[in-house]
Amino acid sequence: MLAVTGIPTAEDVEKAFPSEERLAQGPVVVVECYQSIPCNPCYTACRTGAIKEFEDINDLPTVDHSLCNGCTLCVSNCPGLSIMVVDMTYTEEEALLKIPYEFLPLPEAGQMVKGLDRAGQEICDVKVVRVVNSKALDKTPVISIAVKKDFVKLVRNIRMEG
Amino acid sequence: MMPVELLVIGGGPAGLCAAIQAAEMGSRVMIVDRNNALGGQLVKQTHMFFGSEKQYASKRGFDIAKLLLDKIANLSNIEVLEATTVLGVYEDGVVTLEKNGSYLKVKPKAMVVATGASEKALAFPNNDLPGIYGAGAVQTLMNEYGVKPGNSVLMVGAGNIGLIVSYQLMQAGVKVEAIVEGGPQIGGYLVHASKVRRMGVPIYTQHTVKAAYGKEVLEGVTLCRLDDQWQQIPGTEFDVKADVVCISVGLTPLSELLWQAGCQMKYVNSLGGFVPYRDDNLQTSVKGIFVAGDVSGVEEASSAMVEGYLAGLSAASYLGYKIYNMNELKSDLLLQLDSLRHGPVGDRIRKGIAELRIINEAAASKEA
Repeated sequence: MLAVTGIPTAEDVEKAFPSEERLAQGPVVVVECYQSIPCNPCYTACRTGAIKEFEDINDLPTVDHSLCNGCTLCVSNCPGLSIMVVDMTYTEEEALLKIPYEFLPLPEAGQMVKGLDRAGQEICDVKVVRVVNSKALDKTPVISIAVKKDFVKLVRNIRMEG
Repeated sequence: MMPVELLVIGGGPAGLCAAIQAAEMGSRVMIVDRNNALGGQLVKQTHMFFGSEKQYASKRGFDIAKLLLDKIANLSNIEVLEATTVLGVYEDGVVTLEKNGSYLKVKPKAMVVATGASEKALAFPNNDLPGIYGAGAVQTLMNEYGVKPGNSVLMVGAGNIGLIVSYQLMQAGVKVEAIVEGGPQIGGYLVHASKVRRMGVPIYTQHTVKAAYGKEVLEGVTLCRLDDQWQQIPGTEFDVKADVVCISVGLTPLSELLWQAGCQMKYVNSLGGFVPYRDDNLQTSVKGIFVAGDVSGVEEASSAMVEGYLAGLSAASYLGYKIYNMNELKSDLLLQLDSLRHGPVGDRIRKGIAELRIINEAAASKEA
Protein backbone atom coordinates (compact mmCIF):
# COMPACT_ATOMS: atom_id res chain seq x y z
CA MET A 1 0.00 0.00 0.00
CA LEU A 2 1.30 3.41 -1.05
CA ALA A 3 1.06 5.05 2.40
CA VAL A 4 3.17 2.26 3.94
CA THR A 5 5.66 1.48 1.18
CA GLY A 6 5.78 4.62 -0.97
CA ILE A 7 5.01 2.42 -3.99
CA PRO A 8 1.76 3.05 -5.86
CA THR A 9 -0.05 -0.23 -6.55
CA ALA A 10 -0.85 -1.47 -10.07
CA GLU A 11 -4.46 -0.35 -9.45
CA ASP A 12 -3.27 3.15 -8.45
CA VAL A 13 -1.25 3.41 -11.67
CA GLU A 14 -4.12 2.01 -13.74
CA LYS A 15 -6.43 4.73 -12.44
CA ALA A 16 -3.94 7.48 -13.27
CA PHE A 17 -3.55 6.31 -16.87
CA PRO A 18 -5.81 7.66 -19.63
CA SER A 19 -8.13 5.31 -21.52
CA GLU A 20 -6.74 2.96 -24.20
CA GLU A 21 -8.53 5.06 -26.85
CA ARG A 22 -6.86 8.27 -25.66
CA LEU A 23 -3.47 6.55 -25.40
CA ALA A 24 -3.80 5.40 -29.02
CA GLN A 25 -4.18 9.03 -30.16
CA GLY A 26 -0.72 10.26 -29.13
CA PRO A 27 1.15 11.96 -26.29
CA VAL A 28 -0.84 12.50 -23.10
CA VAL A 29 -0.22 13.27 -19.46
CA VAL A 30 -0.26 10.74 -16.60
CA VAL A 31 -0.75 12.47 -13.24
CA GLU A 32 0.18 10.21 -10.33
CA CYS A 33 -1.07 12.40 -7.53
CA TYR A 34 -2.70 10.10 -5.00
CA GLN A 35 -2.83 12.18 -1.81
CA SER A 36 -4.70 15.36 -0.90
CA ILE A 37 -2.03 17.96 -0.21
CA PRO A 38 -2.25 21.75 -0.68
CA CYS A 39 -0.72 22.14 -4.14
CA ASN A 40 -1.82 23.36 -7.58
CA PRO A 41 1.11 24.24 -9.91
CA CYS A 42 -0.01 21.57 -12.43
CA TYR A 43 -3.15 23.59 -13.05
CA THR A 44 -1.19 26.86 -13.20
CA ALA A 45 1.23 25.37 -15.71
CA CYS A 46 -1.42 23.83 -18.00
CA ARG A 47 -2.06 25.84 -21.18
CA THR A 48 -4.70 23.61 -22.78
CA GLY A 49 -7.26 23.46 -19.99
CA ALA A 50 -6.68 19.73 -19.51
CA ILE A 51 -5.85 20.14 -15.83
CA LYS A 52 -8.87 21.81 -14.27
CA GLU A 53 -8.87 24.71 -11.85
CA PHE A 54 -8.89 23.56 -8.21
CA GLU A 55 -12.02 24.27 -6.24
CA ASP A 56 -10.04 23.46 -3.09
CA ILE A 57 -6.24 23.51 -3.35
CA ASN A 58 -6.20 20.24 -1.38
CA ASP A 59 -8.20 18.38 -4.04
CA LEU A 60 -6.51 15.87 -6.31
CA PRO A 61 -5.99 17.25 -9.83
CA THR A 62 -8.85 16.69 -12.26
CA VAL A 63 -7.55 15.85 -15.72
CA ASP A 64 -9.51 15.92 -18.97
CA HIS A 65 -7.23 13.76 -21.10
CA SER A 66 -9.12 14.73 -24.26
CA LEU A 67 -7.81 18.30 -23.92
CA CYS A 68 -4.19 17.32 -23.21
CA ASN A 69 -1.74 17.58 -26.09
CA GLY A 70 1.21 16.11 -24.17
CA CYS A 71 3.09 19.44 -24.16
CA THR A 72 5.01 18.42 -20.97
CA LEU A 73 4.88 21.88 -19.32
CA CYS A 74 3.39 20.43 -16.13
CA VAL A 75 6.06 17.71 -15.82
CA SER A 76 8.83 19.98 -14.55
CA ASN A 77 6.41 22.23 -12.63
CA CYS A 78 5.03 19.50 -10.36
CA PRO A 79 6.85 19.83 -7.01
CA GLY A 80 6.14 16.15 -6.33
CA LEU A 81 7.63 15.03 -9.67
CA SER A 82 4.49 12.95 -10.01
CA ILE A 83 3.67 13.71 -13.65
CA MET A 84 4.92 12.09 -16.85
CA VAL A 85 3.83 12.15 -20.48
CA VAL A 86 3.30 8.91 -22.37
CA ASP A 87 3.16 8.51 -26.16
CA MET A 88 1.95 5.10 -27.27
CA THR A 89 2.24 6.09 -30.94
CA TYR A 90 6.03 6.48 -30.84
CA THR A 91 6.77 3.27 -32.80
CA GLU A 92 5.04 -0.04 -33.40
CA GLU A 93 6.78 -1.73 -30.45
CA GLU A 94 7.81 1.14 -28.25
CA ALA A 95 6.16 3.91 -26.27
CA LEU A 96 7.90 7.16 -25.39
CA LEU A 97 7.90 8.20 -21.72
CA LYS A 98 8.84 11.75 -20.74
CA ILE A 99 9.85 11.73 -17.10
CA PRO A 100 11.44 14.28 -14.76
CA TYR A 101 14.99 13.34 -13.72
CA GLU A 102 16.94 15.48 -11.21
CA PHE A 103 20.23 13.59 -10.97
CA LEU A 104 23.70 14.12 -12.35
CA PRO A 105 25.23 13.06 -14.62
CA LEU A 106 22.34 13.37 -17.03
CA PRO A 107 22.07 10.60 -19.62
CA GLU A 108 22.71 11.43 -23.26
CA ALA A 109 20.44 10.94 -26.23
CA GLY A 110 21.06 7.50 -27.72
CA GLN A 111 22.33 5.99 -24.48
CA MET A 112 21.00 2.64 -23.25
CA VAL A 113 20.07 2.72 -19.53
CA LYS A 114 18.16 0.50 -17.10
CA GLY A 115 14.44 1.08 -16.74
CA LEU A 116 13.31 0.99 -13.11
CA ASP A 117 9.86 0.36 -11.75
CA ARG A 118 8.18 2.32 -8.94
CA ALA A 119 10.13 0.29 -6.34
CA GLY A 120 13.46 1.09 -7.97
CA GLN A 121 13.92 -2.45 -9.40
CA GLU A 122 15.59 -2.82 -12.79
CA ILE A 123 13.02 -4.38 -15.09
CA CYS A 124 14.22 -3.73 -18.66
CA ASP A 125 16.64 -1.84 -20.87
CA VAL A 126 15.42 1.49 -22.22
CA LYS A 127 16.87 3.90 -24.73
CA VAL A 128 17.24 7.58 -23.97
CA VAL A 129 15.84 9.50 -26.93
CA ARG A 130 16.05 13.08 -25.77
CA VAL A 131 17.24 15.09 -22.76
CA VAL A 132 15.82 18.58 -22.21
CA ASN A 133 17.41 20.77 -19.57
CA SER A 134 16.42 24.28 -20.58
CA LYS A 135 16.31 27.26 -18.28
CA ALA A 136 12.50 27.16 -18.30
CA LEU A 137 12.60 23.72 -16.69
CA ASP A 138 14.36 25.29 -13.69
CA LYS A 139 16.68 22.39 -12.85
CA THR A 140 14.13 19.66 -13.36
CA PRO A 141 15.33 18.10 -16.63
CA VAL A 142 12.85 16.04 -18.63
CA ILE A 143 14.17 12.94 -20.35
CA SER A 144 12.40 10.98 -23.05
CA ILE A 145 12.90 7.22 -22.99
CA ALA A 146 11.75 4.58 -25.47
CA VAL A 147 10.15 1.69 -23.58
CA LYS A 148 8.72 -1.59 -24.90
CA LYS A 149 4.94 -1.16 -24.77
CA ASP A 150 4.54 -4.10 -22.34
CA PHE A 151 6.50 -2.10 -19.76
CA VAL A 152 4.82 1.27 -20.21
CA LYS A 153 2.83 1.06 -16.96
CA LEU A 154 5.81 -0.30 -15.03
CA VAL A 155 8.79 1.92 -15.86
CA ARG A 156 9.00 5.21 -13.94
CA ASN A 157 12.72 5.86 -13.47
CA ILE A 158 16.13 5.07 -14.94
CA ARG A 159 19.52 4.03 -13.63
CA MET A 160 22.68 4.76 -15.56
CA GLU A 161 25.31 2.44 -14.14
CA GLY A 162 25.53 -1.22 -15.16
CA MET B 1 19.49 51.80 24.66
CA MET B 2 18.50 51.74 21.02
CA PRO B 3 14.94 52.79 20.25
CA VAL B 4 13.42 50.41 17.72
CA GLU B 5 9.97 50.56 16.23
CA LEU B 6 9.40 46.97 15.13
CA LEU B 7 11.81 44.21 16.05
CA VAL B 8 11.58 41.04 13.99
CA ILE B 9 13.41 38.15 15.62
CA GLY B 10 14.44 35.52 13.10
CA GLY B 11 15.21 35.93 9.40
CA GLY B 12 13.65 32.75 8.04
CA PRO B 13 10.61 32.62 5.75
CA ALA B 14 8.21 33.94 8.44
CA GLY B 15 10.48 36.73 9.70
CA LEU B 16 11.44 37.91 6.21
CA CYS B 17 7.81 38.15 5.11
CA ALA B 18 6.84 39.93 8.35
CA ALA B 19 9.62 42.48 7.87
CA ILE B 20 8.69 43.06 4.22
CA GLN B 21 4.99 43.54 4.92
CA ALA B 22 5.53 45.87 7.89
CA ALA B 23 8.16 47.93 6.04
CA GLU B 24 5.95 48.24 2.97
CA MET B 25 3.30 49.76 5.23
CA GLY B 26 5.80 52.35 6.43
CA SER B 27 7.08 50.85 9.65
CA ARG B 28 10.77 51.06 10.57
CA VAL B 29 11.94 47.48 11.07
CA MET B 30 14.99 45.93 12.66
CA ILE B 31 15.41 42.26 11.75
CA VAL B 32 17.89 40.19 13.76
CA ASP B 33 19.16 36.70 13.02
CA ARG B 34 21.83 34.68 14.76
CA ASN B 35 23.13 33.25 11.48
CA ASN B 36 25.64 35.04 9.30
CA ALA B 37 23.07 35.57 6.58
CA LEU B 38 19.30 35.88 6.44
CA GLY B 39 17.12 33.23 4.85
CA GLY B 40 16.73 30.63 7.59
CA GLN B 41 16.15 27.13 6.34
CA LEU B 42 15.08 28.39 2.90
CA VAL B 43 18.68 28.71 1.75
CA LYS B 44 19.20 24.93 1.88
CA GLN B 45 15.86 23.93 0.40
CA THR B 46 16.80 22.78 -3.09
CA HIS B 47 13.41 21.20 -3.80
CA MET B 48 10.33 22.85 -5.28
CA PHE B 49 7.70 24.12 -2.86
CA PHE B 50 4.08 23.01 -2.76
CA GLY B 51 1.14 25.36 -2.27
CA SER B 52 -0.09 27.90 -4.79
CA GLU B 53 1.52 30.72 -6.75
CA LYS B 54 0.92 33.10 -3.84
CA GLN B 55 3.29 31.01 -1.71
CA TYR B 56 5.78 30.70 -4.58
CA ALA B 57 4.76 27.09 -5.36
CA SER B 58 6.95 25.22 -7.83
CA LYS B 59 9.89 27.53 -7.00
CA ARG B 60 12.84 26.15 -5.07
CA GLY B 61 13.42 27.27 -1.47
CA PHE B 62 16.76 28.99 -2.12
CA ASP B 63 15.24 30.91 -5.03
CA ILE B 64 12.40 32.04 -2.76
CA ALA B 65 15.01 33.23 -0.25
CA LYS B 66 16.70 35.30 -2.99
CA LEU B 67 13.38 36.78 -3.99
CA LEU B 68 12.54 37.80 -0.39
CA LEU B 69 16.08 39.08 0.31
CA ASP B 70 15.93 41.26 -2.82
CA LYS B 71 12.76 42.84 -1.46
CA ILE B 72 14.43 43.40 1.92
CA ALA B 73 17.43 45.04 0.22
CA ASN B 74 15.13 47.45 -1.61
CA LEU B 75 13.32 48.60 1.52
CA SER B 76 15.40 51.34 3.12
CA ASN B 77 13.39 51.27 6.34
CA ILE B 78 14.61 47.76 7.21
CA GLU B 79 17.78 47.47 9.25
CA VAL B 80 19.38 44.02 9.17
CA LEU B 81 21.45 42.71 12.06
CA GLU B 82 23.07 39.41 11.09
CA ALA B 83 25.17 37.19 13.37
CA THR B 84 23.16 38.65 16.23
CA THR B 85 21.64 36.54 18.97
CA VAL B 86 18.70 37.69 21.06
CA LEU B 87 19.59 36.88 24.65
CA GLY B 88 16.53 37.90 26.57
CA VAL B 89 13.21 39.71 26.67
CA TYR B 90 12.58 41.59 29.94
CA GLU B 91 9.44 42.67 31.80
CA ASP B 92 9.94 46.31 30.85
CA GLY B 93 10.04 45.42 27.14
CA VAL B 94 13.82 45.66 26.81
CA VAL B 95 15.39 43.09 24.50
CA THR B 96 19.08 42.26 24.82
CA LEU B 97 21.27 41.22 21.91
CA GLU B 98 24.78 39.93 21.39
CA LYS B 99 26.66 40.86 18.25
CA ASN B 100 30.37 40.15 17.73
CA GLY B 101 30.95 40.01 21.47
CA SER B 102 29.20 43.28 22.19
CA TYR B 103 26.06 43.56 24.28
CA LEU B 104 23.22 45.67 22.92
CA LYS B 105 19.93 46.73 24.41
CA VAL B 106 16.93 47.70 22.34
CA LYS B 107 13.44 48.74 23.28
CA PRO B 108 11.00 47.90 20.50
CA LYS B 109 7.46 49.24 20.35
CA ALA B 110 6.33 45.93 18.87
CA MET B 111 7.89 42.57 18.07
CA VAL B 112 7.38 39.71 15.69
CA VAL B 113 8.91 36.54 17.11
CA ALA B 114 9.75 34.18 14.26
CA THR B 115 12.47 32.06 15.82
CA GLY B 116 11.47 28.82 14.12
CA ALA B 117 11.99 25.35 15.52
CA SER B 118 14.74 22.89 16.35
CA GLU B 119 15.10 19.19 15.65
CA LYS B 120 13.96 16.64 18.19
CA ALA B 121 16.40 13.95 19.29
CA LEU B 122 15.89 10.21 19.62
CA ALA B 123 17.17 8.07 22.49
CA PHE B 124 18.92 4.77 21.68
CA PRO B 125 22.19 3.14 22.86
CA ASN B 126 25.30 4.82 21.39
CA ASN B 127 23.38 7.71 19.87
CA ASP B 128 26.38 9.91 20.69
CA LEU B 129 28.71 8.19 18.20
CA PRO B 130 30.26 10.54 15.64
CA GLY B 131 28.26 10.16 12.44
CA ILE B 132 24.84 10.52 14.04
CA TYR B 133 23.29 13.83 13.01
CA GLY B 134 20.02 15.66 12.87
CA ALA B 135 18.71 15.47 9.29
CA GLY B 136 18.54 19.26 9.12
CA ALA B 137 22.19 19.50 10.12
CA VAL B 138 23.15 17.18 7.28
CA GLN B 139 21.07 19.25 4.88
CA THR B 140 22.94 22.37 6.02
CA LEU B 141 26.34 20.67 5.68
CA MET B 142 25.51 19.41 2.24
CA ASN B 143 23.46 22.15 0.59
CA GLU B 144 24.84 25.23 2.32
CA TYR B 145 28.48 24.32 2.89
CA GLY B 146 29.00 21.71 0.15
CA VAL B 147 30.30 19.08 2.59
CA LYS B 148 29.49 15.43 1.94
CA PRO B 149 28.45 14.02 5.33
CA GLY B 150 29.49 10.42 4.62
CA ASN B 151 29.06 7.59 2.15
CA SER B 152 26.08 5.58 3.34
CA VAL B 153 23.18 6.94 5.32
CA LEU B 154 20.36 5.50 7.36
CA MET B 155 17.48 7.97 7.68
CA VAL B 156 15.32 7.77 10.80
CA GLY B 157 11.88 9.27 10.20
CA ALA B 158 9.70 9.34 7.09
CA GLY B 159 8.24 12.80 7.55
CA ASN B 160 8.82 15.42 4.86
CA ILE B 161 12.28 16.36 6.16
CA GLY B 162 13.44 12.72 6.29
CA LEU B 163 12.14 12.06 2.78
CA ILE B 164 13.44 15.29 1.26
CA VAL B 165 16.90 15.04 2.83
CA SER B 166 17.15 11.40 1.67
CA TYR B 167 16.41 12.51 -1.88
CA GLN B 168 18.92 15.36 -1.67
CA LEU B 169 21.58 13.02 -0.25
CA MET B 170 21.14 10.83 -3.33
CA GLN B 171 21.36 13.88 -5.58
CA ALA B 172 24.71 14.62 -3.88
CA GLY B 173 25.89 11.09 -4.68
CA VAL B 174 25.48 9.62 -1.18
CA LYS B 175 23.93 6.17 -0.82
CA VAL B 176 20.79 6.05 1.32
CA GLU B 177 20.53 2.52 2.75
CA ALA B 178 17.01 2.79 4.11
CA ILE B 179 14.43 5.05 5.71
CA VAL B 180 13.08 3.86 9.05
CA GLU B 181 9.74 5.06 10.41
CA GLY B 182 8.27 4.16 13.80
CA GLY B 183 4.68 4.84 12.78
CA PRO B 184 2.50 2.48 10.76
CA GLN B 185 2.47 4.88 7.79
CA ILE B 186 4.71 7.35 6.00
CA GLY B 187 4.21 10.75 7.63
CA GLY B 188 5.48 12.99 4.85
CA TYR B 189 3.94 13.70 1.46
CA LEU B 190 3.59 10.45 -0.49
CA VAL B 191 4.97 12.06 -3.66
CA HIS B 192 8.25 12.61 -1.77
CA ALA B 193 8.15 8.98 -0.59
CA SER B 194 7.59 7.73 -4.14
CA LYS B 195 10.55 9.81 -5.37
CA VAL B 196 12.99 8.05 -3.03
CA ARG B 197 11.27 4.67 -3.33
CA ARG B 198 11.67 4.56 -7.10
CA MET B 199 15.39 5.19 -6.59
CA GLY B 200 15.40 1.83 -4.79
CA VAL B 201 15.48 3.02 -1.17
CA PRO B 202 13.42 0.79 1.15
CA ILE B 203 11.08 2.47 3.64
CA TYR B 204 10.58 0.40 6.80
CA THR B 205 7.46 1.55 8.62
CA GLN B 206 6.89 0.28 12.20
CA HIS B 207 10.64 -0.07 12.68
CA THR B 208 13.08 1.71 14.94
CA VAL B 209 16.76 1.90 15.85
CA LYS B 210 17.49 -0.61 18.61
CA ALA B 211 21.11 0.50 18.93
CA ALA B 212 23.96 2.05 17.01
CA TYR B 213 27.41 0.48 17.00
CA GLY B 214 30.96 1.37 16.09
CA LYS B 215 34.39 1.56 17.79
CA GLU B 216 35.43 5.18 17.30
CA VAL B 217 32.75 6.29 14.88
CA LEU B 218 29.42 4.99 13.66
CA GLU B 219 29.73 1.72 11.70
CA GLY B 220 26.13 0.60 11.59
CA VAL B 221 22.82 0.26 13.36
CA THR B 222 20.62 -2.56 14.55
CA LEU B 223 17.00 -2.08 13.56
CA CYS B 224 13.97 -3.91 14.84
CA ARG B 225 10.23 -4.00 14.28
CA LEU B 226 7.69 -2.27 16.50
CA ASP B 227 4.27 -3.60 17.44
CA ASP B 228 1.09 -1.54 17.43
CA GLN B 229 1.96 -0.16 20.89
CA TRP B 230 5.36 1.04 19.61
CA GLN B 231 7.12 -1.73 21.60
CA GLN B 232 10.18 -3.42 20.13
CA ILE B 233 9.48 -6.98 18.99
CA PRO B 234 12.31 -9.32 20.16
CA GLY B 235 13.83 -11.51 17.48
CA THR B 236 13.14 -9.07 14.65
CA GLU B 237 16.56 -7.37 14.79
CA PHE B 238 18.66 -6.87 11.66
CA ASP B 239 21.76 -4.83 10.90
CA VAL B 240 22.29 -2.01 8.43
CA LYS B 241 25.84 -0.79 7.76
CA ALA B 242 26.04 3.00 7.60
CA ASP B 243 28.56 5.71 8.44
CA VAL B 244 25.84 8.33 8.92
CA VAL B 245 22.51 8.23 10.71
CA CYS B 246 20.16 11.17 10.20
CA ILE B 247 17.56 11.72 12.89
CA SER B 248 14.41 13.25 11.54
CA VAL B 249 11.72 12.65 14.12
CA GLY B 250 10.08 16.04 14.14
CA LEU B 251 10.67 19.62 15.16
CA THR B 252 9.85 21.53 18.30
CA PRO B 253 9.18 25.30 18.46
CA LEU B 254 12.03 27.53 19.74
CA SER B 255 9.76 29.36 22.12
CA GLU B 256 12.14 30.45 24.94
CA LEU B 257 11.76 34.15 24.16
CA LEU B 258 7.98 33.90 24.29
CA TRP B 259 8.20 32.31 27.74
CA GLN B 260 10.49 35.13 28.88
CA ALA B 261 8.10 37.72 27.52
CA GLY B 262 5.32 36.19 29.61
CA CYS B 263 3.20 34.97 26.71
CA GLN B 264 0.55 32.49 27.70
CA MET B 265 1.70 29.09 26.38
CA LYS B 266 0.16 25.67 25.93
CA TYR B 267 1.52 22.24 25.07
CA VAL B 268 -0.05 21.11 21.81
CA ASN B 269 1.41 17.86 20.55
CA SER B 270 0.28 18.29 16.94
CA LEU B 271 2.11 21.65 16.77
CA GLY B 272 5.40 20.23 18.09
CA GLY B 273 5.43 21.34 21.75
CA PHE B 274 4.74 24.50 23.75
CA VAL B 275 3.18 27.19 21.58
CA PRO B 276 1.65 30.59 22.31
CA TYR B 277 -2.00 31.50 22.45
CA ARG B 278 -2.72 33.99 19.66
CA ASP B 279 -5.61 35.92 18.15
CA ASP B 280 -6.57 36.14 14.47
CA ASN B 281 -3.93 38.85 13.99
CA LEU B 282 -1.26 36.50 15.38
CA GLN B 283 -0.88 38.68 18.45
CA THR B 284 0.03 36.72 21.58
CA SER B 285 -1.44 37.29 25.05
CA VAL B 286 1.17 40.05 25.47
CA LYS B 287 0.10 43.14 23.53
CA GLY B 288 2.54 44.13 20.83
CA ILE B 289 4.16 40.70 20.60
CA PHE B 290 3.21 38.83 17.44
CA VAL B 291 4.27 35.37 16.25
CA ALA B 292 4.72 33.71 12.86
CA GLY B 293 6.11 30.48 11.49
CA ASP B 294 7.25 27.33 13.26
CA VAL B 295 7.57 29.00 16.70
CA SER B 296 3.79 29.28 16.73
CA GLY B 297 3.34 25.67 15.58
CA VAL B 298 5.46 23.48 13.32
CA GLU B 299 4.14 23.54 9.75
CA GLU B 300 5.36 23.89 6.18
CA ALA B 301 7.36 26.94 5.04
CA SER B 302 4.45 27.97 2.78
CA SER B 303 2.21 28.71 5.75
CA ALA B 304 5.16 30.25 7.63
CA MET B 305 5.45 32.86 4.86
CA VAL B 306 1.73 33.64 4.88
CA GLU B 307 1.81 33.92 8.67
CA GLY B 308 4.80 36.23 8.33
CA TYR B 309 2.91 38.59 6.03
CA LEU B 310 -0.06 38.50 8.40
CA ALA B 311 2.05 39.15 11.53
CA GLY B 312 3.88 41.98 9.72
CA LEU B 313 0.59 43.53 8.69
CA SER B 314 -0.84 43.20 12.20
CA ALA B 315 2.29 44.62 13.86
CA ALA B 316 2.42 47.61 11.49
CA SER B 317 -1.27 48.23 12.02
CA TYR B 318 -0.73 48.01 15.82
CA LEU B 319 1.95 50.67 15.40
CA GLY B 320 -0.52 52.91 13.61
CA TYR B 321 0.42 52.30 9.96
CA LYS B 322 -2.38 51.73 7.50
CA ILE B 323 -2.74 50.92 3.84
CA TYR B 324 -5.82 51.44 1.72
CA ASN B 325 -6.53 47.76 1.10
CA MET B 326 -5.57 46.45 4.52
CA ASN B 327 -8.78 44.56 5.23
CA GLU B 328 -8.73 42.97 1.80
CA LEU B 329 -5.11 41.95 2.28
CA LYS B 330 -5.81 40.51 5.69
CA SER B 331 -8.76 38.44 4.56
CA ASP B 332 -6.74 37.16 1.61
CA LEU B 333 -3.93 36.05 3.94
CA LEU B 334 -6.39 34.37 6.31
CA LEU B 335 -7.99 32.64 3.34
CA GLN B 336 -4.58 31.43 2.13
CA LEU B 337 -3.81 29.98 5.57
CA ASP B 338 -7.19 28.38 5.73
CA SER B 339 -6.83 26.71 2.34
CA LEU B 340 -3.27 25.50 3.05
CA ARG B 341 -4.57 23.85 6.22
CA HIS B 342 -7.86 22.71 4.78
CA GLY B 343 -6.95 19.20 3.60
CA PRO B 344 -6.50 15.98 5.56
CA VAL B 345 -2.79 16.72 6.17
CA GLY B 346 -3.69 20.09 7.70
CA ASP B 347 -6.33 18.60 9.94
CA ARG B 348 -4.05 18.20 12.97
CA ILE B 349 -2.68 21.71 12.54
CA ARG B 350 -6.16 23.16 12.34
CA LYS B 351 -7.29 21.39 15.49
CA GLY B 352 -4.11 22.38 17.33
CA ILE B 353 -4.47 26.05 16.46
CA ALA B 354 -8.15 26.00 17.47
CA GLU B 355 -6.99 25.19 21.01
CA LEU B 356 -4.90 28.37 21.11
CA ARG B 357 -7.25 31.03 19.88
CA ILE B 358 -7.64 34.24 21.79
CA ILE B 359 -11.12 35.32 20.75
CA ASN B 360 -11.32 38.92 21.86
CA GLU B 361 -9.40 41.81 23.30
CA ALA B 362 -10.50 40.99 26.84
CA ALA B 363 -8.39 37.84 26.73
CA ALA B 364 -5.24 39.86 26.10
CA SER B 365 -3.93 39.86 29.63
CA LYS B 366 -0.87 42.08 29.75
CA GLU B 367 0.53 45.25 28.30
CA ALA B 368 3.90 44.86 26.61
